[in-house]
Amino acid sequence: MTAPEAGDQVHTATVTLTVNGESRALEVDTRTSLLDLLREHLGLTGSKKGCDHGQCGACTVLIGGRRANACLALAVAHDGAEVTTVEGLADGDALHPLQDAFIRYDAFQCGYCTPGQLCSAAGMLTEGGPSAVTADLTGDPALTPGEIRERMSGNLCRCGAYVNIVRAVTAVSTAGTEP
Amino acid sequence: MRPFAYFRAEDPADAVARFGPGAMYLGGGTNLVDLMRLGVARPGLLVDVSRLPLDRVGPAAGGGGLLIGAAVRNSDLAAHPLVRERYPMLARAVLSGASGQIRNMATVGGNLLQRTRCAYFQDVSMPCNKRAPGSGCPAIAGDHENLAIIGHSAGAGGSACVATHPSDMAVALTALDARVHVTGAAGDRVIPMPGLHRLPGAEPDRDTVLEAGDLITAVELPPPPPGRSLYRKVRERASFAFALVSAAALLDVAGDGTTRGCKLALGGVAHAPWRAYTAERAVAGLPATASAFSAAADAELAQARPLPGNAHKVALARGLITAVLEELSR
Ligand SMILES: Cc1cc2nc3c(=O)[nH]c(=O)nc-3n(C[C@H](O)[C@H](O)[C@H](O)COP(=O)(O)OP(=O)(O)OC[C@H]3O[C@@H](n4cnc5c(N)ncnc54)[C@H](O)[C@@H]3O)c2cc1C
Ligand code: SF4
Ligand code: FES
Ligand code: FES
Repeated sequence: MTAPEAGDQVHTATVTLTVNGESRALEVDTRTSLLDLLREHLGLTGSKKGCDHGQCGACTVLIGGRRANACLALAVAHDGAEVTTVEGLADGDALHPLQDAFIRYDAFQCGYCTPGQLCSAAGMLTEGGPSAVTADLTGDPALTPGEIRERMSGNLCRCGAYVNIVRAVTAVSTAGTEP
Repeated sequence: MRPFAYFRAEDPADAVARFGPGAMYLGGGTNLVDLMRLGVARPGLLVDVSRLPLDRVGPAAGGGGLLIGAAVRNSDLAAHPLVRERYPMLARAVLSGASGQIRNMATVGGNLLQRTRCAYFQDVSMPCNKRAPGSGCPAIAGDHENLAIIGHSAGAGGSACVATHPSDMAVALTALDARVHVTGAAGDRVIPMPGLHRLPGAEPDRDTVLEAGDLITAVELPPPPPGRSLYRKVRERASFAFALVSAAALLDVAGDGTTRGCKLALGGVAHAPWRAYTAERAVAGLPATASAFSAAADAELAQARPLPGNAHKVALARGLITAVLEELSR
């Protein structure tokens, strides 16, 4: 252990992120969460603040392609990261297949949880491996509705659109497995 | 949130050297950032250890075991082929915890050192012997449905605490006789599990035997013991909820139907993951039958001292122990 160093008095940091493909450098208070950086500093208000405690999933974004709760991520700790928010899912005017499926399957009501559901599903579809409900731990199970419900359990929906969320995600996951 | 300085450590020695008064290590931040926002944790310096080169899972030196780096993310641990194949109980315990998002962020070191979910601990407007030693424990007369039934210090006044340790992963590591590698100002050492987490005793503010500045670098697993194992978690909803009671169990049944080996740890019942040595001894050498298992559960839970609002957890634990051992004996 050492005595406090001069740097220990510095409470701001420069954070460089690639957000939806665009490089952004910002000077922020070290306390700034990735969620607040996105919403307050970059004006990307698609990611939502439901609880600010990791309990609802409304703030879900992809960090380096992996889904994460932006409310529990300190921006300074993710310096250099590639972040994808709901604003970055579509390809220009072409919706992401999940966005399209959410519309077709009526997978939302108020829409508040939807950006988090979409980012979470996008991350989940690339994860593979077993989940808590997988019988055989050694394989990559098929994404049955039961598997999808378990894997999406970090995203709450107060409107209870769960049934159609599972349908929409199922549609995209089975489409993805066809040649 | 109190303002803090931030330092990203490059290697463990760098992290330990930079640690000073008011400092805290930062893993994935999924517990610490929350507690900072609540005002429960008030570090003046965060030493980020999430990018230390401790992110590998591989064979342990000396043959047969596994060495898991402290910065390995929970999701990567559960998805690792060697963990899935050789330590299924651990993979299942990790997968049963939190959500996909949180497991992607959470590290092994942070998971072990996450703090209790006792609501009074998280509310700085309330007294709490763990957060503010000597201030009292409102949980004993208040909301303690999901708090400890065994090994607690209710009745100890200024050191009373009935908190539980919330980690699922730590319960499996406790049953597996894991060893926690630590480095600190006093050098390197290895702490066996059980043994990392403490019971509240006279110091409920101390969750573990670690000293300030101690850095967890790895968790070592001995070779998997013979037998079948599982992790089962009883909770209020099917997913994304902490355990009411959980069990990590391993059972080795001999050809003549008697129990040759048993390792059992319980979650959600105590201030530390609870290794059920009494039950393990009670089943040894006996026929692997439901009656032997429920007698062992009774022997273990004879030590329980439930509070008025959580006696149901004793019944839950009894049922769970019997059910998991029966399932493993089939
Ligand atoms: C909504 C929600 C639900 C959850 N549900 C569950 C559940 O069902 N089961 C479960 O087990 N967990 C659950 N968790 C808790 C989660 O597993 C922990 O928050 C996580 O494992 C902590 O890891 P971390 O790396 O994010 O730790 P951090 O938050 O970064 O750190 C936690 C503590 O560990 C210390 N620390 C971190 N790394 C080290 C190190 N290498 N050496 C020394 N000290 C270190 C930090 O200083 C801090 O005190 C839940 C969390 C949330 C938010
Ligand atoms: S049980 Fe422990 S953590 Fe909860 S209020 Fe009492 S002293 Fe605090
Ligand atoms: S706002 Fe992040 S999980 Fe609720
Ligand atoms: S659509 Fe309203 S919260 Fe999910």
